[in-house]
Amino acid sequence: MPDGADAVLDVKGLKTVFRTRGGEVHAVNSVSFHLRPGELLGVVGESGSGKSVTMMSLIGLLPSPPADVRAGEVLLKGVDILKSTPEELRAIRGARIGFVFQDPMTSLNPVFTVGNQIMEPLKRHMGLKGKAAEDRATELLELVGIPDARKRLKSYPHQFSGGMRQRVMIAIALACDPEVLIADEPTTALDVTIQAQILELVHELRRKLGMAIIWITHDLGVIAEIADRVMVMYGGQIVEQAPVRELFGNPHHPYTRALLKTIPKLGDERDERLQIIEGQPPILTAEPSACPFRARCAHAFDRCERENPLRRPIDGQPLGRGHDVACHWNPEGADA
Amino acid sequence: MRDDTTPGPATKGKPLVQVEGLKMYFPVFTGLFRRHTGDVKAVDDVSFTLMEGETLGLVGESGCGKSTVGRALLRLYEPTAGKVVIDGVDVAHLDAEALRRKRPTMQMVFQDPQASLNPRMTLADIIGEPLNEHTNWNADKKLARIYELMDAVGLNRRFANRYPHEFSGGQRQRIGIARALALNPKFIVCDEPIAALDVSIQAQVVNLLEDLQEKFGLTYLFISHDLSMVKHIADRVAVMYLGRIAELSPRDALYARPLHPYAEALLSAVPEPDPSRAARKERIILKGDVPSPANPPKGCNFCTRCPKVFDRCRVEKPVLREVEPGRHVACHLYSESAGPTGQSEAKEHNQQGVMQ
Repeated sequence: MPDGADAVLDVKGLKTVFRTRGGEVHAVNSVSFHLRPGELLGVVGESGSGKSVTMMSLIGLLPSPPADVRAGEVLLKGVDILKSTPEELRAIRGARIGFVFQDPMTSLNPVFTVGNQIMEPLKRHMGLKGKAAEDRATELLELVGIPDARKRLKSYPHQFSGGMRQRVMIAIALACDPEVLIADEPTTALDVTIQAQILELVHELRRKLGMAIIWITHDLGVIAEIADRVMVMYGGQIVEQAPVRELFGNPHHPYTRALLKTIPKLGDERDERLQIIEGQPPILTAEPSACPFRARCAHAFDRCERENPLRRPIDGQPLGRGHDVACHWNPEGADA
Repeated sequence: MRDDTTPGPATKGKPLVQVEGLKMYFPVFTGLFRRHTGDVKAVDDVSFTLMEGETLGLVGESGCGKSTVGRALLRLYEPTAGKVVIDGVDVAHLDAEALRRKRPTMQMVFQDPQASLNPRMTLADIIGEPLNEHTNWNADKKLARIYELMDAVGLNRRFANRYPHEFSGGQRQRIGIARALALNPKFIVCDEPIAALDVSIQAQVVNLLEDLQEKFGLTYLFISHDLSMVKHIADRVAVMYLGRIAELSPRDALYARPLHPYAEALLSAVPEPDPSRAARKERIILKGDVPSPANPPKGCNFCTRCPKVFDRCRVEKPVLREVEPGRHVACHLYSESAGPTGQSEAKEHNQQGVMQ
């Protein structure tokens, strides 16, 4: 990215391939993006679009084999973490980059107390011990809105409800004041009223702590609510990237347009038939030489078959700054 | 205790499904001697009526008992109490053989198309199984019917001998729908049929369900936690909380102006896929979590989280009653302003039920 200088995280040309018995699966194809300080970057896409794999590859969380991060750079404050040793990576994970995963039940260890699990990164990365670690853990639980925090440190994960467990996960992720927080579908497993609580909490934490967040989800509603900027992924690549209002107000890529039309909105007046996207997402057995969306695209033409479109800015701003899209099609006088 | 009305709309045909005082308790056994020490009141006194050709949306958060209602209606569970009249027969009290003969009229589409299809059966076996069970047709006739069903749900006939794992999630859900349709049912319980699917596929399945409803005059109980999708498909919507119906209203009325405080909070919590609208939205954030259905609060089930709670809510359970024409609410806030208005005169109006 040409303007990655001020970014906390700058990802360039990331490629991840899975080797399977059935051949290679190209899950992430030349993905580049950056994250500015204090920004919330939303990543949307359907299952299999490569959004989670991208984020897992960044921080070496994919088992290898079968995964193989083939190319690319991941600059965290200018230093390429793909080149770091497993030791160094371990020091980065948890301390400088925190994660929250989808399912709070499976990502907490059921046989350790919540306090134990919050204090683990504190002991490991910050060298806190005994009382000091406990105080910090209490502080963290209070920060994420768990009442009676000091007592709750002694509880086990099963003694918490789903929403509370996700709060604990967030507390663990925040334990060492990370520069970047990666949240992978953190509210998908939760009910809407609990999701609303968590979204409120994230708003509040951003006000207080001002960290940069990557938020992965398939829920466009959640994205509209919390993101500053959005990346839409399809077939292992970024197909459109724009500030949130621009993306929802003026979507360009046919996939983004279709996606926004398939979901019914609460505020809509009339219920005509839902728009559908025919067909299935592609299976990426080879590095795409054509647009991955062409088979389902209403605007596809011969060029889409021949070459995979590169991202190009459509609002005159440098790539990555404003609104860019990976599509050959030019909507002439089309309104969004 | 209960109001004698079973809520029904005035605009549809005759009632097809009438549920009265349905209770589904799961016993809790504890201690060395496994003594019966309590019940999980998954469904506690639920009543509603479904008109022929209507879609009733049943919404609520996980654990509120919405799926249990669907299963108890079809006698997949033995209800603890209550009546479930489907097409003139009380299925809650049928004996096994009579229930088996009744099954063709009532079918179910399950949430997880992966788990609800036998991986060792081909598509034709799966769709044909209800026919084996309930008809004595010969192989040709069965195959013709299987092809007909596959056409109806948009599956290519060439796929008849393939296995479920060869299909995507959306296609598997089509198989599940074809199986449910095999015996020409009148009533289908759709239990979160789109929850396991991707957004671009959800729309395909919902459109299919709507087409089939129009074509075959089906009646749906559409169980979902996706309030935007329910708004799209349902004629009326019942909002459940902790085993009871909080509000049952016509769709447009509910979404425009929810009456029950829980319905209001639930609707306000749905994220709006529109940044400008999301910024303007007034959100009600509920405090705390849903209480356990094994130990529901005394008084109104929602009293522990309700922003409008007052003294009476903590001692007396509110009854579901009609507070405005067609709108049923179980809340003390509305008990003074509007008394029970008696029967909802569903039967007097015999207008043709118009779909959507």
